[in-house]
Amino acid sequence: MRAVFNKVLLERAKNDPRIHMVLADIGYGEIEPFRDTFPERYYNVGVAEQNMTGVACGIAMEGNIAVTYSIANFPTLRCLEQIRNDVCYHNANVKIVIIGGGVSYGPLGMSHHSTEDIAIMRALPNMVVCVPCDNNEAIAATHAMLDYDGPFYYRCGYKGEKDIHSGPIDFKLGKAITVREGKDVTLMFAGPVGINVLHAADMLEKEGISCRVVSMHTIKPIDKEAIIDAVKNTGGIITIEEHNLSGGLGSAVAEVICDEHLSPKAFKRIALPDVNVSLIGHQAWIREQYGMGDEGIAAQIKEALGK
Amino acid sequence: MENCKKIATRIRTDAVRMTNRAKSGHVGSMLSMADIIAVLYEKILKVDPKNPDMPERDRFILSKGHAAAGVYSALAQKGFIPEEWLERYYCDDGKLMGHISHKVPGVEFSTGSLGHGLPVATGMAIAARYAKSDRRIFVMSSDGDMNEGSTWEAILFAAQEHLSNLTLIIDYNQVQALGHSEDVIDLRDLKVKLEAFGWAVREIDGHNYEEIESALSSVPFDGNKPSAVIANTIKCKGIPALEDTVKSHYKFIPDEEIEAVIKHIEEEAK
Repeated sequence: MRAVFNKVLLERAKNDPRIHMVLADIGYGEIEPFRDTFPERYYNVGVAEQNMTGVACGIAMEGNIAVTYSIANFPTLRCLEQIRNDVCYHNANVKIVIIGGGVSYGPLGMSHHSTEDIAIMRALPNMVVCVPCDNNEAIAATHAMLDYDGPFYYRCGYKGEKDIHSGPIDFKLGKAITVREGKDVTLMFAGPVGINVLHAADMLEKEGISCRVVSMHTIKPIDKEAIIDAVKNTGGIITIEEHNLSGGLGSAVAEVICDEHLSPKAFKRIALPDVNVSLIGHQAWIREQYGMGDEGIAAQIKEALGK
Repeated sequence: MENCKKIATRIRTDAVRMTNRAKSGHVGSMLSMADIIAVLYEKILKVDPKNPDMPERDRFILSKGHAAAGVYSALAQKGFIPEEWLERYYCDDGKLMGHISHKVPGVEFSTGSLGHGLPVATGMAIAARYAKSDRRIFVMSSDGDMNEGSTWEAILFAAQEHLSNLTLIIDYNQVQALGHSEDVIDLRDLKVKLEAFGWAVREIDGHNYEEIESALSSVPFDGNKPSAVIANTIKCKGIPALEDTVKSHYKFIPDEEIEAVIKHIEEEAK
């Protein structure tokens, strides 16, 4: 997914001289085409994420689009106050891009997991939070991000993500995409974990449980209508995200359910537990350990539906 | 220089009155930078109160945002904001908050948490260079601001980028919130440090108008480096009982002392 992000960014930068890239010495093997094509719009501030974000804000304050880019939680947590005070308060046109949302960097360990980012980013006024699930969405989300004027958090996957959408998509910020229709429950996911959700839906289909599968690629602003419709027409919602249980997609959906006085017959948040993930293993394996592999998700859905 | 002195005196008396009314702190920080702020707005910055968003204006960021009232006074004196706004500084539904805010006409950027000004200014300097603009970027820092790692990250990067359109002014009063700087974080010879980091540095008396103007009108000191002006100042300059004291950081002047303090400041300026 990071490759398609960088490809689209490069294409857009060819026609938009406002686009600058500000890095903190991360991006080897991916960012070189941008660096070599636009050296006057490429900055590596060194291993200094606070300065990366401040510099990007200064560039953006002068009518430009500044993209900060790094892995996992580096461009969010280390420089959170710069994002809050500089970028969000000034509504600066800064795009914060992370590569490797969730536990993409599995065996690298806890320091390289981005598992609280959605909760933190969506708490910031003026911030859009976007979590594309496959290459199709990643391409569309990159365009949408660059077309949007203001702070934007883009939680990119890593590499080798499988396609979740089988054909062209109608991608609009704040509008969920239905991957598959179903009538017994709605599975709302964000990000590449959607492939496990899709597989779980396949398994349940064989057992006579029909699942609507929805990609909630924009977590802020959240698509209220999709949530209301899911409760009214499928009876319940299960959220699935590669993120801490607190504050992410599941919380955002639950907030809408409460605010809109909805009464779903089933509601469950499937997410990483509230722990510091210290298991050693690759992303797919870690997902399985926390009940977020294909079978784990299917089992939790059945349990939530009382089946 | 008479005008500079007039503006600086008003900054001091306004700061004393505003913090007294508000029962708020940081009067020492406002008074130490008053002379530099006066020279900046009177002699150096290309800004226009009738057109505060003029694209080619010089940018000034007060990174020591807690001293905002000093800048608000200068902005009122220069006609960016109505004088009466000063009277409702820090008040419910007022226009001027305690830490400097870009919601106020003439203020480039909001700060308040230290270590934010220089990175953003560095980005603005890059953008000015990219736009092939002659506009200049000035940042005012403090002892506490120079403790922040992010400030030093920007110091490293601005030198790497040879940003000669960027000037850092350090209001070096050597007092910070909990003590004299030498007892908290001793920055020792800041000139040597900044030069070692690739900056062109000049050290001045931050209360001498000629020295301030001479330094700030000579930037860049080196066409290939960012410039730093270390302004040696006295915390709470103008109120002898509080000069160079830690307590002046959070202190405001109580009602019973205020007239004597104002009188002293005005007489000193004669």
